[in-house]
Amino acid sequence: MSEEASKEKRKIKSAKKMRDLMTTYYLDALSASQNNKKVAWITSGGPVEPLVAMDIIPVYPENHGAMIGSAKMGEDLCAKAEDMGYSADLCSYARSDISCAVVKGGPIGGLPKPDMLICCNNICGTVLKWYEIQARYFNVPLFIFDTPMCHTGYSRPVADYVRAQVDEYIRFLEKVTGKPFDHDRMAQVGKLSMEGQRLWQKVLNTTRHKPSPMSAFDAFFFLALIVTLRGTQVAVDFYKELIQEMEDRISEGISIVPEEKYRLLWDNLPVWYQLKWLSNTFSAHQACLVADTYTSAWCGAIQYIDPDRFLDSMAEGYTRIYLNIGVDQMAEQVIQMVDVYDVDGFVMHSNRSCKPYSFGQMDIMNIVRERTGIPVLMIEADMVDPRNFSQSQVETRIDAFMEIVKQGRDKH
Amino acid sequence: MLTTEQMQPFNDAVNDPLSAETASKEREIIGTLCTYAPEELIWAAGFHPMRLFSSKSDIVLAENHLQAYCCSLVRGILEDSLAGRLDFLTGTVFPHTCDSMQRLSDIWRLKGKYKFFADVVLPVKLNTPSARTYMLDILNTFRTELEAAGGRPILEQDLHEAIHLFNRIRRSLRALYDIKSQNPSIISGADLYTLVKGSMIMDKVQAADRLEQLVSTLMPVDTPENDTGRVILSGSVCDSAAYYQVIESADVQVVADDLCTGQRWFDGEIEDQIDPMAAIADRYMDRMICPAKHSDLTIRGEHLASLAKKHRAGGVVFLLLKFCDPHAFDYPYLKEFLETRGIKTLRIEVDEQQDNAGQITTRIETFAHMI
Ligand code: SF4
Ligand code: SF4
Ligand code: SF4
Repeated sequence: MSEEASKEKRKIKSAKKMRDLMTTYYLDALSASQNNKKVAWITSGGPVEPLVAMDIIPVYPENHGAMIGSAKMGEDLCAKAEDMGYSADLCSYARSDISCAVVKGGPIGGLPKPDMLICCNNICGTVLKWYEIQARYFNVPLFIFDTPMCHTGYSRPVADYVRAQVDEYIRFLEKVTGKPFDHDRMAQVGKLSMEGQRLWQKVLNTTRHKPSPMSAFDAFFFLALIVTLRGTQVAVDFYKELIQEMEDRISEGISIVPEEKYRLLWDNLPVWYQLKWLSNTFSAHQACLVADTYTSAWCGAIQYIDPDRFLDSMAEGYTRIYLNIGVDQMAEQVIQMVDVYDVDGFVMHSNRSCKPYSFGQMDIMNIVRERTGIPVLMIEADMVDPRNFSQSQVETRIDAFMEIVKQGRDKH
Repeated sequence: MLTTEQMQPFNDAVNDPLSAETASKEREIIGTLCTYAPEELIWAAGFHPMRLFSSKSDIVLAENHLQAYCCSLVRGILEDSLAGRLDFLTGTVFPHTCDSMQRLSDIWRLKGKYKFFADVVLPVKLNTPSARTYMLDILNTFRTELEAAGGRPILEQDLHEAIHLFNRIRRSLRALYDIKSQNPSIISGADLYTLVKGSMIMDKVQAADRLEQLVSTLMPVDTPENDTGRVILSGSVCDSAAYYQVIESADVQVVADDLCTGQRWFDGEIEDQIDPMAAIADRYMDRMICPAKHSDLTIRGEHLASLAKKHRAGGVVFLLLKFCDPHAFDYPYLKEFLETRGIKTLRIEVDEQQDNAGQITTRIETFAHMI
């Protein structure tokens, strides 16, 4: 087979459908006001299901941030935020979104104006400040879903507090929309959300196969749907098709990385403006990033959610997500992933933008090293702002790391 | 001016917390890392709550735990702990604050260096009834943890005494700040900073007694001063007398602040006629807020503007610790909020590892002409 033909064969066909779905989604969101629909901006880890049940269009500034990063428009927008007085040390999703709202820039000319803001702090404290800024700018109501950090466990007071906020959240939505909350619809949406999350987990699990039919780079791309359309039939249908395609690839022996020899695990957000380069660099070493701690966060709390008591159990599900737990519990999850995906090395992105994800990484690194013996690489970057990324430096480090991975494998 | 003798005990407490005359004689020490640490409870359980500051030593050991883009306060305190400089602690308490402090808590807990460890994950929202209920629940959990550590129950009487004691400290500091605002030359900014910091460190009975003594000797003079520039400092911690000295040598007086090493620590007395746990919770709900917490959207702007009005300050100087997210996010709105109300602002970036106070002289002088 010619190189072109083999490349073509490796391409994941569902990508086009996914792109179309996302385009439709953004067009819907952008024309929401013409269709008398309300738009809510919500954090990526936020409880979206009640919005879907209320026919409110959820829009994700973080997903938008990822688009800005992929389109390599991050530097410009971040710099604009700095001109507005925001420190260059702040999260680049926040910086690019804050300036984008004002200059209406970015790949889609800015997000549709929100009618309300829903901020869940289960991922970080940054979103709290970021949403306060947008609430002042757009002068719209802000709901904060406060999910106390679970350093060592989930306590009764936390459960009561978060559960009480589920009701406050619903009352907030009723007030903003002027419509009563539809509990039957909610029950359906809850089930769809759970099904979507289970399917997403299944998609991610297809990479357990050797060679892997897809990589974490693909997961970064296909993730957008479980984030933005969680709780809809669209997401469920799409992931079913995607799983089918992955299973077909497995049975036909099509791998994403030609001659996959090494399997790696990725930690932290993607480096959006360097996805292609990073993917090629690892591929050149016959290494496939088969899993990551980031995309699995959108199905990591399934165990706590009961689809028949969605609203009740959602409190726990949204509170005990990957970033809202102690570093030691995060390390445990990483160790599990090392085992499940049978990886030969661990690549950690020390992400200047994301402090809750990056601080504690060195402790996780040591725990993982000690317990699994696999080599760990830490690279310095930022998910959206390319000014904090040195390609040549990272390349040298990856090359050196892959040497160690290869030696480690030869020993076994 | 305060005499060297008057300042001595506070200077000693700051410079040598353990062997100073004002050190706690019989109480074991629990280190606190934020103004939201419920000190009354710690005291009522029989411990001595001591605010930890970075000794600003070179970061060597902490490099293996925290990247360079973490605030110098968090890295500095971890360095002190790893280097054994905090081995006198019986334990520490981490209230929920910012993302950096959250992870420091995890790293700290995993190191397990001290006998006692507690996270007090307070609500982030301070303006809803359910958040208040949760706040009270969490304070009660912390009370139980302290009782276990202290090996005895905390009685209502203990709580009332602790509240009374801390209220005395707060009242005196409030009085000293008022005196400073009325007659800035009576107390220098650097001295006032030392008084607050010393009180955060030393034995609390000592602090309460000595502060009251100071207040009684410092009766405000009636003559209005010639109107020099008056400013308010805003930020997280400002742990350096040098900033006050630089500002005051440019003929500008610091007449109030919105700092964790200042009014944010002692703002708001605790109601002593109601249930003590509820009263402690109420103070945290109402006290001068930190940007890591949420209440009304413009509460900090309004607060700073009213402080400025009350103390006739023409400007606010933001001392922002590098990599401190909560404060950095609030700065642009505060700047705009204040400037549209005719209050000038100046931003100074602070890194505890490198004292740059000397380099800001010119900027302060220029600012002095504007206000
Ligand atoms: S990247 Fe990190 S800091 Fe930024 S919004 Fe996401 S979780 Fe928060
Ligand atoms: S700035 Fe806020 S979080 Fe930091 S010590 Fe002060 S009160 Fe605590
Ligand atoms: S100074 Fe800022 S970043 Fe550092 S611990 Fe305090 S609030 Fe957090």
